[in-house]
Amino acid sequence: MTRFIIVRLLQAFVALIGISILIFLLVRASGDPTLLFRTPLSTEEDIARIRADLGLDKPMPEQYWIFIKDLAHGDLGDSIVKRRPVTDMILERLPNTLSLALSSFLVSMLLAFFLGILAATRRDGWLDNGVKFLAILGQALPGFWVAIMAILVFSVYWQIFPASGTGGFTHFVLPVATMAFFLMPGMLRLVRSSMLDVLDSEYIKMARIKGLPERVVIWKHALRNALIAPLTTAGMIFAMLITGAVITENVFAWPGIGRLSIEALVSRDFPVVQGVTLMVAVAVLLINLLVDILYAYVDPQIRYQQM
Amino acid sequence: MATTKVIDWDKVGGGIKRKSIFLEITFILPVAVLFLLVIMAIFAPLLAPYPYDQISMQDRLLPPFFMDGGTTAHLLGTDNIGRDILSRVIYGAQISLSISLIVIAITASIGTVLGILAGYLGGRTDAFLMRVTDISLSFPAILIAILMAVTIGPGYWTVVLAISMLGWAPYARLIRGEALKLRESDFVAQARIIGASPVRIMFRHIFPNVLNPLIVMVTLSVGFVILTEAALSYLGAGIPPPAASWGNMVNDGRTFIDTAWWMSLFPGIVIGLVVLAGNFLGDWLRDKMDPRLRQL
Repeated sequence: MTRFIIVRLLQAFVALIGISILIFLLVRASGDPTLLFRTPLSTEEDIARIRADLGLDKPMPEQYWIFIKDLAHGDLGDSIVKRRPVTDMILERLPNTLSLALSSFLVSMLLAFFLGILAATRRDGWLDNGVKFLAILGQALPGFWVAIMAILVFSVYWQIFPASGTGGFTHFVLPVATMAFFLMPGMLRLVRSSMLDVLDSEYIKMARIKGLPERVVIWKHALRNALIAPLTTAGMIFAMLITGAVITENVFAWPGIGRLSIEALVSRDFPVVQGVTLMVAVAVLLINLLVDILYAYVDPQIRYQQM
Repeated sequence: MATTKVIDWDKVGGGIKRKSIFLEITFILPVAVLFLLVIMAIFAPLLAPYPYDQISMQDRLLPPFFMDGGTTAHLLGTDNIGRDILSRVIYGAQISLSISLIVIAITASIGTVLGILAGYLGGRTDAFLMRVTDISLSFPAILIAILMAVTIGPGYWTVVLAISMLGWAPYARLIRGEALKLRESDFVAQARIIGASPVRIMFRHIFPNVLNPLIVMVTLSVGFVILTEAALSYLGAGIPPPAASWGNMVNDGRTFIDTAWWMSLFPGIVIGLVVLAGNFLGDWLRDKMDPRLRQL
């Protein structure tokens, strides 16, 4: 197990270097980054000064080395527009994103598990069909559109919930609901199908033959084993959470990092977008690492297979 | 589900249960919607009553024809600068369709090649490629797209590149699984004994046998690409105005949601319908071609 973790840690480190090179190149591949700073009044001297200031006059490998060194110190550079460290700007907004993402995550997971299991135990009943319909709609309708329509109905027409910003509990309702509607379907389908698989297995039949009450069979014996399959998709769920946060924050003017990156896009403030992307990349690697270790812990076969 | 039976296919099929595909509503409807999408995209200049960028300041914010103040000259109403919504929805099909086709061609090719390589060669190649795939799967494409839009500038090819950059991963994952199973099959073993080269085995023996799941995946990803393009255009990281993309139409309507809800409503419904059609067709194909993959 220790060796497995060390190997995985090394791999994650290599992956981090790979991703940082990719992002570094992506920003420079745009041609001349000084173009982003130029105004119609910039002189040749100004541009040369910008180049020197950004370190663009140095050779590429040296630029990358500086980039990595700063990164290791948690320095993501300064915003072009706000003239402030990107790290500060992100940290300021992060709590808002976390509160939104976490509550949506919890709401959608609870619903997905509850509805998924109920649907699986009542296969092809009206509840199952209703849940299927909900999942199909959730996967087909664009999240940003659902959010806008929710504003139309609940803020403009009925005026129950505020349409934008943060504040009390009511500000959470629409963003969390629309984001959960976007997150839930994938998980719901997965829970339902893995539950169906498990319910079909020999040991569930055995539990039933033993005469255990149906409640115990489903919520204890079956659920425990149906949980493993959804666990492996944690990485994809994280990607969906970020995507959902970027979209939802923008529709509801929620001051989180998703909104920050779009504000930066509008003002072409690339260090901010680069900083957000790098931070998410690190989170992606950490989550993959954690899931791998957790999964290897749950299922010993994997440990030996992937040495 | 039994509808009017012209021929009893159950008997014609020699005991195997077969129904005419034309009797299945889950097949006809999605195909009809997708067919309509293609027609709209190809014949947009003929079908649309107005050019997508024709501004008319005296016709601003006209409601759809069925409401007070609406006219049949603008069936779905007009936007804040007097452009015809229906015409823009029709032109929007061009962007959604062409982007899906290009992105799917790129991602399916890369994903298939990497998937077969990983599955057939195994060992270190497999371990490495699957690590990269895992990371790509958990990276939000939307951030890459925003980063590219900020550096290269938003545009058609930025969207294509940004979605393709990570979009190959689900293909690689799926095809690798299939190739892994095929590698152990008898006909591959026989080909190896005859002395066929690995390249030949991968191309002539593995590839034809992963086509079924590949087709299912391609169909299912139409919806994904259209949704992602729309989301990017909505955020301003996709197709820039004045081009008519369904995503940026919904975005234009965001500011006018309390007065002119039709600006956002119609393009959103069209996105939903097309994605629904793609997903249904994909599910239908999966049931027919590869029941093992069935999920819901």
